Amino acid sequence: MVTQTVTPAADTAVVESIRVAVPEPGFRHDLRAVSIVWRRELIRFRTDRLRAVTALVQPVLFLFILGTGLGALAGRALPPGMDFKTFIFPGVLAMSVLFTSIFSAASIVWDREFGFLREILVAPVSRASIVVGKCLGGATIATFQGVIFLALAWFAHVPYNPVLLLTLVGELLLLSFTLTAFGVMMAARIKQFQAFMALTQMLVMPLFFLSGALYPLRGLPGWLAVLTRIDPLTYVVGPMRDAVFSHLNVPAFEQHALAPGLTWAGWLVPQWLSLGIVAVMGLAMMAVAIAQFRKTE
Amino acid sequence: MTVSLRASSQARTSQPTDDNRTVIEVSGLTKRYGEVEAIRGIDLAVHAGETFGFLGPNGAGKTTTIKILCTLANATSGSAMVAGYDTATQRDAVRRNIGLVFQDTTLDTYLTAEQNLRFHAELYGVPAGAVRPRMRQVLEMVGLWDRKDSLVSTFSGGMQRRLEIARGLLHAPHVLFLDEPTVGLDPQTRTSIWAYINELKGREDITIFLTTHYMDEAEHCDRIAIIDHGKIVAIDTPAALKASIGKDRVQIHTADDRAAIVALAETFGIEAAMHEGAVTFSVAAGEQFVPRLFADLDVQIGSVSVSRPTLDDVFMSYTGRTIRDAEASGTDALRQLVVHMRGRR
Repeated sequence: MVTQTVTPAADTAVVESIRVAVPEPGFRHDLRAVSIVWRRELIRFRTDRLRAVTALVQPVLFLFILGTGLGALAGRALPPGMDFKTFIFPGVLAMSVLFTSIFSAASIVWDREFGFLREILVAPVSRASIVVGKCLGGATIATFQGVIFLALAWFAHVPYNPVLLLTLVGELLLLSFTLTAFGVMMAARIKQFQAFMALTQMLVMPLFFLSGALYPLRGLPGWLAVLTRIDPLTYVVGPMRDAVFSHLNVPAFEQHALAPGLTWAGWLVPQWLSLGIVAVMGLAMMAVAIAQFRKTE
Repeated sequence: MTVSLRASSQARTSQPTDDNRTVIEVSGLTKRYGEVEAIRGIDLAVHAGETFGFLGPNGAGKTTTIKILCTLANATSGSAMVAGYDTATQRDAVRRNIGLVFQDTTLDTYLTAEQNLRFHAELYGVPAGAVRPRMRQVLEMVGLWDRKDSLVSTFSGGMQRRLEIARGLLHAPHVLFLDEPTVGLDPQTRTSIWAYINELKGREDITIFLTTHYMDEAEHCDRIAIIDHGKIVAIDTPAALKASIGKDRVQIHTADDRAAIVALAETFGIEAAMHEGAVTFSVAAGEQFVPRLFADLDVQIGSVSVSRPTLDDVFMSYTGRTIRDAEASGTDALRQLVVHMRGRR
């Protein structure tokens, strides 16, 4: 038995009285919570350089190995002087944020297993601010990842046009946000890290393959056409490819063949609607995630 | 040098400032996980400034109770008020007024100590100007100020626990919950953790609610509740609990053991016998008895030892079994409970 006698005498005199008044809940407080959750994602990303490098490997493989290899074959269908790498660049760019976004949500599962999630969930802030911070954090680091890949545009003969680059970054941000929201929604339900990773692996490739990243959405068999329209990635890859092609010197009829635009039963879906769908999906999934985190044991 | 704290004006008005006010009030609390009844009707009241211990074997319902008090779980029935707020309907108000140190670490080990505290300060809305000085104060209190820029992953188990205590105090809570604060730590580190907790009691105007299954830790508490099978079987001060189960064991070495035994019987009416080569007898409040012994016993005394009742003694007198037996038989129930909890969060 240890009886510790502590004498809070002379040495404690140096401790000044510090007033701490935890405020009532409010918008300002929620904003601070969003901001710190967001900042933590950035700090974690910055200190984990390996993650940034490994996340780049797959899109680089797709662009240079698959792009070059298949290019020899697919090149015949392309207008003279056009590289297959140029054609798949927007799709692979979308892919570069795919892993990072969904994996950033995996940190929730990780935090749950290692306890840190409790620290977050017991804090006097709205669950919404935590989820929003998480989604924005994931979106930010994924977009950053995408921007690194975007720097490789020259190798795919995509011009460094400021308007084009800004358009692409904006679309990447939107896509990253929606994908992170999707990941967070799943992470609210799935408690085991392994299970989450397995599910992610299972979903990522179909999302990518169905998005039209590697082929034009034209003249496809009915079943595939339907599947491509279900894939949310399709609604970003389309506008991204449109943006790239509008900054290339491609004859109009060729552009129509390669980037035909997305149609629903023959109706051309306008770009704003296409991107709007992605935004609404992201917000909806974020709302589901918030509802999930509001539940108490 | 008391640290002035206190949250909102609302908190101030709703709470009288006399020392006997109740900070935690629990009545008829129960919690079921499917078939398992983790707690079965708990009533207790903890007063301001008190250090209250929850003592019992693993699986007795200690952690479940803390989870309900901390708004991390809903009670199946009954009510719990913390710092004047209902844990079921006023969650955020409760959360603003409590600090938590869990059994398992809840630090982000990839961040530095300071980053962990900064995260906490922002989540709890500690006013920007107060963050830095308060952070320094709590880190100095646990002796980690010079390590604030180190990654938490480089910290030992004891340092992590100290950092968690500092973090739990950062927003100057009314109540600090410590769930098994020293479990898994070596004896030396346990001692130092308790030194910090005792020091903090001197410095901060705070109520501490802790769970433990170590009797020596319960000694640090003003009052303890013994919990078994989800029910409180006794609540009192450690001294009273021990007194209630009987007497301390006193062993003395004397110049003349036989004369001492006779003198004990004549002077104090105590029946003593030789055990382990020493004059041995049982007496209530053994420590208080020792001065009388020296004053009134004619035989010269060489040495005295007083042994307190152990956790097993206290626990056994209230539950009819030792705490080790309780933990062995509780394992199955606990396992079921863990499965249920995993399925949730």
